[in-house]
Amino acid sequence: MSLTNRSKVVSNKKFSFLESLYLPAIFHGMFITLSHLFKKKTTVRYPEVKRPFSPVYRGLHVLKRDDEGRERCTACGLCAVACPAEAITMVAGERQPGEEKLYREEKYAKVYEINMLRCIFCGFCEEACPKEAIFLTDRLVPSQTEREDFIFGKDKLVEPVDQRVDVSKRQSQKVLDFKKDKNQRHNS
Amino acid sequence: MLFLVYKLTLITVILLVSLGIAMYATLLERKFAGFLQDRYGPDRAGKWGLLQPLADGGKLFFKEEYMPNTADKFLYILGPCLTMLVALLTSAVIPWGPPLVIGGVEYTLQVANLNVGVLYVFAIASMGVWGIMIGGWASNNKYSLMGAIRASSQMISYELAMGLSIAALIMMMGSVSLNEIVAQQQGWHWNVIYQPIGFLIFFICALAETNRHPFDLPECETELIGGYHTEYSSMKLGFYLFAEYINMFVSSAVLATLYFGGYHFPFIGRLGLSPNVAAILGMVILFAKIIGFILLFMWIRWTLPRFRYDQLMRLGWKILLPLALLNLAVTGIFILLKG
Amino acid sequence: MEQYLFYGLSTIAVFSALMMVISKKPIHSLLYLLLCFFTLAGHYVLLNAQFLAIVHIIVYAGAIMVLFLFTVMLLNLNIKGEQSKPVVARIVAVVAGGLLLVALVGVLRGIDNNPTLMQPNNQVGMMKNISDLLFNEYVLPFEVASILFLTAMVGAVMLGKSESKVLNN
Repeated sequence: MSLTNRSKVVSNKKFSFLESLYLPAIFHGMFITLSHLFKKKTTVRYPEVKRPFSPVYRGLHVLKRDDEGRERCTACGLCAVACPAEAITMVAGERQPGEEKLYREEKYAKVYEINMLRCIFCGFCEEACPKEAIFLTDRLVPSQTEREDFIFGKDKLVEPVDQRVDVSKRQSQKVLDFKKDKNQRHNS
Repeated sequence: MLFLVYKLTLITVILLVSLGIAMYATLLERKFAGFLQDRYGPDRAGKWGLLQPLADGGKLFFKEEYMPNTADKFLYILGPCLTMLVALLTSAVIPWGPPLVIGGVEYTLQVANLNVGVLYVFAIASMGVWGIMIGGWASNNKYSLMGAIRASSQMISYELAMGLSIAALIMMMGSVSLNEIVAQQQGWHWNVIYQPIGFLIFFICALAETNRHPFDLPECETELIGGYHTEYSSMKLGFYLFAEYINMFVSSAVLATLYFGGYHFPFIGRLGLSPNVAAILGMVILFAKIIGFILLFMWIRWTLPRFRYDQLMRLGWKILLPLALLNLAVTGIFILLKG
Repeated sequence: MEQYLFYGLSTIAVFSALMMVISKKPIHSLLYLLLCFFTLAGHYVLLNAQFLAIVHIIVYAGAIMVLFLFTVMLLNLNIKGEQSKPVVARIVAVVAGGLLLVALVGVLRGIDNNPTLMQPNNQVGMMKNISDLLFNEYVLPFEVASILFLTAMVGAVMLGKSESKVLNN
């Protein structure tokens, strides 16, 4: 059985005189290349034109803030446990009085680092997170020249207050429903 | 004195135009290849990539100059120089347009009106092999030597058929002066109509002599990693690569002159233009023909695969040479019958 | 003007001919010979024999020298591999070369200054005149020469053929 129906049986038949001239075949080939001159080009001119990302694209991570601009992460470490590549490290810290504007919970991540060279962008951290804090976005990990530069700390991961990262595409209906649940209000 | 100034200006202009066209032929080649392959080709340097040749040239200039320490230093440098020199020499005998009349003095647009013009073109074409041979040998590298030997045997083989196809043309024209040949092709009397087989043979041989696809065995990247210029870098490599485009331009010019009526175009006489305007129009027409041929060269390059070495030799010796002889004989018989 | 050109060309010709003999590397002597041929072509042009000059370049520089180059490249002649010749061979070579020189000088002395060649702008060397002579007056020698070439070619093919047969068996 053939996998495709495009297979051809090889024949070693003698060329006819016309075929042995090769000229018809050459002109046929020339015509094929010429026809490609007028076909639609497949090139995407990158910086001007960007290809749309798939809605499930998993790129650079973001650590979300809540509506009041407080960091959502509570340094529970579930993401680090879930991570198959062991790319996530964190150090937890206790919120001091007066820092309520900065951190949502009493416990927060003092250090939160993802090694982008280890990360396989599987998205397990996102699934594991109970606080809706980490998301994979459709941004690309920028290239670096040093290996150390690929360890992204909180300075690069936490979204700036004035430049929120839209992750609504990654929040499934189930998550949105869950957030509306009255008993789970504290998570919204 | 005026004569000298005029000739010098003409030489300079022709050199600059050849170099300019060769320069932009590199861009055209890449653009054309891109379009044939459903891409756009280079379009980042300047509008439509128009500055790309300058960028390429700059890159070649600033690349590291490397010379193998077992190479024959003098010959290693002589190789690319000879190739470039030979490539530029042919343009001297091509009539670029009808004579211009300025202030009652007639200026022919041809550097040297040799009465052995066609033979001169042929002699220079046969010299083309030296630069490649010397460069390939001096590199002291087996790939280079293989490329050089392939180049020379290919050029020698195809020169024969080329010479015979030209011989038929000369018999018809009764002259070897390019000026005379162009003059005889006025209106519709283009040689390609009377000598179609001769033109085909000449065209195939021109492809082989310029080492263009499908005859690029001397430098085939996949087998010989560059062939005769494997060991070359920087502007020496640039000379080799650039000479190929100049050769392409010049052989297109020769093709247009010998078989496609040079600067003639039907009905140009009926427009009733003043001689000078007609001369400039003729020049434009010649350049249009040349660019058409350059495009044809490129079109063939991006369509046909490379010949195998034995196929190349078979085509040259067993097909083109007998065909050219036959063409010569038939032309002779026709001329005899016509009286 | 022509006088200066003549002396310039002659100097280069003699120099390159000497260098061709003196050079240690075969490929260098080959290139000097090539240069020598070009200067000779220049002399032909000075004599207004353009056809001869161009044919000289096509045949010698374009074809025969390339075959020489092939031979030199493929034989891998280098300085180390060169054996010193015995003294007798050297003496014989000198004597033979000297005899050739004497013969050439003798022949050149015999020629009077040919008046037609000495005229400026003589038309003997133009293509039309040469072909008139070749195809009318000297048509028989011309054709005999071409048959000679054909014979040589057939002979070469025969030699190549028999050798390949031996190899195949």
